[in-house]
Amino acid sequence: MSDGLTRSPRETAAPILKVDALSLSFGGLRALSGVSFEVQDGSITALIGPNGAGKTSMFNAISGFYRPSAGRILFDGEDISRERPPARAKRGLARTFQNIALFRGMTVLDNIKLGRHAHLKTNIFDALFYRGRAHREEMELRQEVEERIIDFLEIQHIRHAPVGALPYGLQKRVELARALAMRPRILMLDEPVAGMNREETEDMARFILDVKEEWGITILMVEHDMGMVMDISDHVVVLNFGQVIAQGRPSDVQSDPAVISAYLGSGDLAERIRKTEAA
Amino acid sequence: MDWLYVTEVALAGLGAGALYALTGVAFVLIYKATRVVNLAIGEILMLGGYVFFGLVAGAGLSIWAAIPLTILAGAALGAVVERALIRPMLGESPISVFMVTIGLGSILAGVVELGWGADPLRLPEFIPNTPIFLGEAYLAPKVAYGALVAALLIAGAVIALRFSRGGVALRATARDQGAAYSMGIDVGRVFSLSWMAACATAAGAGVIVGAIGGISPTMGIFGLSVLVVVIVGGLDSVAGALVGGLLIGLVEALAGSFLGGEYKLLATFSLLILILMVRPYGIFGTHEIERL
Repeated sequence: MSDGLTRSPRETAAPILKVDALSLSFGGLRALSGVSFEVQDGSITALIGPNGAGKTSMFNAISGFYRPSAGRILFDGEDISRERPPARAKRGLARTFQNIALFRGMTVLDNIKLGRHAHLKTNIFDALFYRGRAHREEMELRQEVEERIIDFLEIQHIRHAPVGALPYGLQKRVELARALAMRPRILMLDEPVAGMNREETEDMARFILDVKEEWGITILMVEHDMGMVMDISDHVVVLNFGQVIAQGRPSDVQSDPAVISAYLGSGDLAERIRKTEAA
Repeated sequence: MDWLYVTEVALAGLGAGALYALTGVAFVLIYKATRVVNLAIGEILMLGGYVFFGLVAGAGLSIWAAIPLTILAGAALGAVVERALIRPMLGESPISVFMVTIGLGSILAGVVELGWGADPLRLPEFIPNTPIFLGEAYLAPKVAYGALVAALLIAGAVIALRFSRGGVALRATARDQGAAYSMGIDVGRVFSLSWMAACATAAGAGVIVGAIGGISPTMGIFGLSVLVVVIVGGLDSVAGALVGGLLIGLVEALAGSFLGGEYKLLATFSLLILILMVRPYGIFGTHEIERL
């Protein structure tokens, strides 16, 4: 909680990600209209809002799956709105998915290695014969992947297991590992603790904080677990019906009347937080 | 029963099956990466045979120059077809794309018939014809060398799929396009590469098939047997294409020799029905396959 109150000096610098008056329509349906917010380098920013508010649409627009009908997305000051997802991945934008999107049928290690795909430069023939640059890169990659990410996420024991056979919480963790292997500058997490029990949620919250603090990776997440959002976020953006209705520090957002009324349908926000924290 | 004869028939069947398997792998490559059922694979194979014939008999090239050129021509055809016909159909219903490949097959057969005529042609001899004996069993040299080349090519394809970056990208795309895309894998390029690799493989297989049995515009019928092979093995499984190819080759040969040539198709399609009753997605197929 203290993170939200003590502002780190980095946060006053230029934002690493800036969404500028972004609108997105599907036919006649307006999913997002004129959404603007900033993600500060080295922060945890949470995107919250009731179901259907446009959070996942926002995510898909940022990672490049949807093309906005108006507005811009700036990454490090550069307009990336027209770039396709692989180009954005190379810039350092990694994400996880709401419904786990691991490559089933491959092992945990294979999945994690795929995260480095965007950064590998060898061609097919080098890779086929495992020589020269391919070999060095492969070794480097293995070391980095194994030592840092696997240790960090505590998944040593399952590294050779096929991902399809793992329990849900571990699959989520492998997905996080794969995203980390991309060596991202911004990590986008789409509901990282959805469907997790209390203990798993706490583990995941700890991992997310560590990713920010030890690895210096900026985090943008969509999450419904209000207790967790308020605990670890530096900045909260609230969407409702495709518009930003409030943003600021967690404590400010919680007491915002617009936010409270947006959540009335599903219970009072403060009430929800008390409930999840008590649980 | 004459066991030597049975062995010889079985060997010939497995030899033919290796070519089914090779073409089946080409089919599976496309299906795995793009979820397109490519019914034109037999016609692409036929075109490979004709391109080879044209390069050797028409342009007077040596056989060893003509083979790589034929394979390159196959890859080029794959790239063009994917870009011009398949990519624009992205997001359309599978049945529409399926129909496009049927149309492509008819066009290729028509073009070949216009260019070279409808009569069957013989490819120049280039496979050594000293008789081959495995133990006492005789095996036609063309079939033996054809099977050997097919086996090498399949092994190459399996290794490339397993270890090369392109292969890994293809497998990742096959599993989850969205995730692959956001992982920095250029899904469009994977589509292109899979069509190129598959059509190059099919064109190469066409040279071997043509060298064994001659070429004709109706040679695309070979694709029908290959379709049985991949349905039996599982549309998205390389291992399935392998097992299915050998199995169908064997069954066709045994049925053809012991029951008579008219029972070949009867036997393979009966087997197809039996296997589909037990395993609707083929022997090794994944369950999420869309019905056509």
